Order: sequence, then C-alpha cells, then structure tokens
Amino acid sequence: MKDRKKEPLRKFGIREFLCFSIILFIIVTLCTCIGSVMIPFRDTLQVFGNAITGKSQETVKLASSIILPIRLPRVLCVMFVGAALSLSGAVMQGLLKNPLADGSTLGISSGASLGAVIAMAFGLVIPGLPFGSTTIMAILFSFFSLLLILSLAYKLDASLSTNTILLIGVIFSMFASSFSSLIITFAGEKLKTITFWTMGSLQGTNYRDAALLGITLLICGGLLFGIAQELNAFAIGEDNARNIGVDVKRVKLLVLITVSVLIGVSVSISGCIGFVGLVTPHMFRRFTGPNHKVLLPVSMFGGAYFLLAADLISRTIASPRELPIGVVTSLAGAVSFIYIFYHTRKGQ
Amino acid sequence: MLEIKNLSVNYGSKTILDQISFRVNPGEWLMIMGPNGSGKSTTVNAISGGISYDGEILLDGKNVKQYKRKDLAAKIGILLQNHYVGYGFTVEEVVGLGRYAHKQGLFSSGKDESEELVERALALTGMDAYRKQSILTLSGGELQRTFLAQLLAQDPEIMILDEPTNHLDLVYQKQVFELIEKWRETTGRTVISVVHDLSLARAYGTHGVLLQKGKTVAYGAIEEIITPEIINPVYAMDVYQWMRDLYGQWSE
Repeated sequence: MKDRKKEPLRKFGIREFLCFSIILFIIVTLCTCIGSVMIPFRDTLQVFGNAITGKSQETVKLASSIILPIRLPRVLCVMFVGAALSLSGAVMQGLLKNPLADGSTLGISSGASLGAVIAMAFGLVIPGLPFGSTTIMAILFSFFSLLLILSLAYKLDASLSTNTILLIGVIFSMFASSFSSLIITFAGEKLKTITFWTMGSLQGTNYRDAALLGITLLICGGLLFGIAQELNAFAIGEDNARNIGVDVKRVKLLVLITVSVLIGVSVSISGCIGFVGLVTPHMFRRFTGPNHKVLLPVSMFGGAYFLLAADLISRTIASPRELPIGVVTSLAGAVSFIYIFYHTRKGQ
Repeated sequence: MLEIKNLSVNYGSKTILDQISFRVNPGEWLMIMGPNGSGKSTTVNAISGGISYDGEILLDGKNVKQYKRKDLAAKIGILLQNHYVGYGFTVEEVVGLGRYAHKQGLFSSGKDESEELVERALALTGMDAYRKQSILTLSGGELQRTFLAQLLAQDPEIMILDEPTNHLDLVYQKQVFELIEKWRETTGRTVISVVHDLSLARAYGTHGVLLQKGKTVAYGAIEEIITPEIINPVYAMDVYQWMRDLYGQWSE
C-alpha cells in the first residue's frame, strides 16, 4: 500500500473487458477444481477444452463426471448471481444517491423471497409455465416491494437526503421475513428445503438455471448500461438530473423493472444472498470513481468474483459440510455496512 | 418567452403560492423578490417541474408539460439553491453533464461545440483549475460555481437562478452577477433570478416581481417596483432608511 492516490479507471473498453474476463476465467476454473474431490488444474482445462471442441472425455473421465454435471453449472450460477446482485446494488446506489442501498438493505430480497416461498409452499403453478412460477412470483414480489419502499420513502422525505429509505427497507424486510416464516411453519414436509433455500444456497443448480440467469443478466445489463449517463446525473442529485433534461420518471421505471427482474430471478434460484450488491460496488468504486459507465461493468465482474470466492469458502471451510453461502456474504457484508456507514457519516 | 399563468402551489391545506402570474421576454432579467416565506423558491421549484402545481407555465406559447424533458432542458436551465452531493464525481464530469440535453442518441454530433462550451464555462466560473477535483472536497462556494458552470454549459435560452450568490463571498458575488449580465447582454437571452439583496436586484434587474405570503404585490419594470411606497410595507420596515444607513457608511 504505497501510493494509494492512483488515477481512477476512466473508461471500460475492449482491453479492460478482456482483462476482467481473463481473471474471471481463471477464478471460474479454480472454483471448478477445488472441492471435496480435488481435480488438477490441467484436467479441468482439458475437460473444458474437450467439451467445447466436442471431443470425447475418455482420458479425463472421472474429472468430467464431477465437473460437467455438478460443479460447472453451480459455478456458472454463482458467477451470474454475483454479477446480477452486484449490478442491481450499484444501480440503486446511484439512483438513490445512497451508498448503502442494496437488495438486502432495502428489503427487496426479502420481498422476492416471500413471493418464492408462497409459490413453493402452496405449489403454485402458472399455466403454461410449470417450472417458472417461483421465479415469476419472486419477480412480481420484488417489483411491488421496491415500488412500495420507494413510494413510502418519497412521501416521507422527497429529497431522500437522509437514510429514511434504509429504515423503511429494514422494517419492510422484517415484515416480509415474518410472513415467510409464518408460511414456512405450516409448509409441512417442504420445510427443510425451503428453510435451507431462504438462507441462500446454490446447491443442485443446473444449466437451465444458469441459462436463465445469463439471459436475464444480458438483457437487464444491456438496458442498464444504456442509462449509465442518466444514473450519473441521479448520483449527483435527482433535482439536478431533472434540470439538465433527464426524464427522471422513465429512468426510475426502467431501474425499477430491471432491478426487480435481476433480484427476483437471482433469489428464486439461489435464495437470499445478502449484501453482495453492497460490498462489491463499494469496493470497486475506489478504483473506478463513481462514473457508472465504468462502475457498472466493473461491479458486474466484481460481484462475480466476490460470490465465487464466497461460494468456495462456504463449500470448503467446513468440508465435507457446506455452509449456506448467505452466511459468508452476510458476515462480510455486515462489516462493510458498518465501515461504509461510519465513513459516510464522518464525511458529512 | 416564458409565461406563468395563475400559478398556485398547496402543501396539504397550506397555500404556498396563490395565483402568481408574470411573463419574461427575451433579453430581460426578472428579479423575484420578497421576504422569507413569500414563495420565491417555490416558484422556481414549480417551473423546474420538481413539485406539482395548479395553473399553467407556457414556454413560447406551449405548455411546458407538453415538452420532452430534453427539449425543455435545452431551453430552460435552472440553478437550485442547495446542492447535496453524494459521490466523488469530478468538477469536469459535473459540468460536462450540462450538455446532456443537447446530445441526441449514442452517436451525437457536434461534440466539438460541446467541449468548447464546457471549457468556456469552466474558465468563466474560475473552476478550470479544479477540473479534476472531486466535488466532495469543494467548499460551498466552489460547489455553487461548479453548478453554475454546468448551467452555462447547458447554454439554455432562459436561465433561472435561485439565490445564485448564496455561499459566495463578495468577490464571486460580483463576478457571478457580471458574468450573467454579460451572458444576457451578448446573447440576448433571458434571466430569472431569486434574490434577497434588493440592491443587487435594482442594479441588475430589468423587471421584477415582488411576492408576499405567496401573493403578487407588484410586478413590472424594476424601477417602478423598488419604491418606498411598495417595498416598505412588504418588509414591514423602512427599507430605504436601513439601506441608506448601511451603505452610507461607505461614502467618503
């Protein structure tokens, strides 16, 4: 830690994209290697190579039988969930000009998980979408949670200059969680699965989940990158954004929808994994500065890195047992929350 | 031309603005004056679209609500009184955002003109030396000048300023008023500003509107409004005597 005063990363071009992608590839490969059965790095790369070129996995049979059906889909899901949560955190922190905003601190995750719990406990099936009901319910509930929290916050404190919104988020989170608990209590034989899921787990996720997450991230990410400049204006101040010509209602609606979908889909697949969206954008803002054109893509990669690391810890630290991943992220998140809160307060 | 017709604002049962009407033509500088709580800032907030109101605000004969936000911002620029900034954007980034309304789509043309306007705005406000600095490290006056620079970069036809020299020391008060005056004279554009200081209003304004408890007391050319008969009752004191006492000390 010699010279901390570095020039921030000003732009996110092809070169930066490649750099971050290579790091991501290395982390993904490492996470696939490490587990209850260790697989040599070379074998893992060979399995990937064979799978891509369509060659037979004869020489690395054991490795491929662990990697392809079990570890890789999980690692991919972890990567996408991390990126999705982190992106949504970064976006909300910009929109609300509040560095502590995140799916978990605002209570959106709890809302989404209430929706998912309802769907699971009552075995809701949406006609035509036999598997999607949990996801759809999670998205709908996160949308209405966010809508409720935002409208309450604006009613109470239109400038959003204080932390009213976080208080409302906490209260709403408690409210939604207590409802979830109530439903879980009466859920009978599904109790164990649901309980484990609410703590956050990516065990048993498959390629279908990974594909759904990947597509969601691609669409929502694309839409959000398109309003990076508008988010910059919001991060300076909503009044200022309006005065320079930003269509504030349109931006808010777009954020409301994309964030709900990102969080809803993530929660329906992985349960409540708290604080990812709080920790990573904050960490990376130090290197990128607040400009969303750079911050958003970097946060996505950063969220993936962070959650992959957390997942690795949760799988290995008490091996052969597995900790819920949410426990690991919440531990890291709670500490960062206090750190950020302390520093923003001191700065005022 | 900006025309305000029967503008009213209510918070619950409390009336903040009661049927305010005025109009501003190109080249004029309209001063909105009045004691604290008379509704000056509320008038600006209503025009900016930040609060809901009754009545009509017409820009070139068309209701402002019918404009797209971007088109409106290219015509009307607003400098608010207080700035609560949250993140460490640089001065340059903030000022550059002033060009937002003039950028159409991803492949905007006229980039050179934008850069030139940003540069000029930074130079005019004396903020060019601070361009790489984080706005979190600025003093109140520097922040005010940064947002003024953003407004100059926005290059609107009508500039609305709520207490533009709030937070500024005498040197910058003078600079800012002279700068705006020059901008108005050379471009023939319109300025509307809220001011507390009646001396400044009289020195720079061409027209004025005097508010009291949300109602219009007087409206017209500045010299017709700032008279003892009109001003003294509104402030419930002998403003003229006070000004003479205050400024008389300076005459040698």
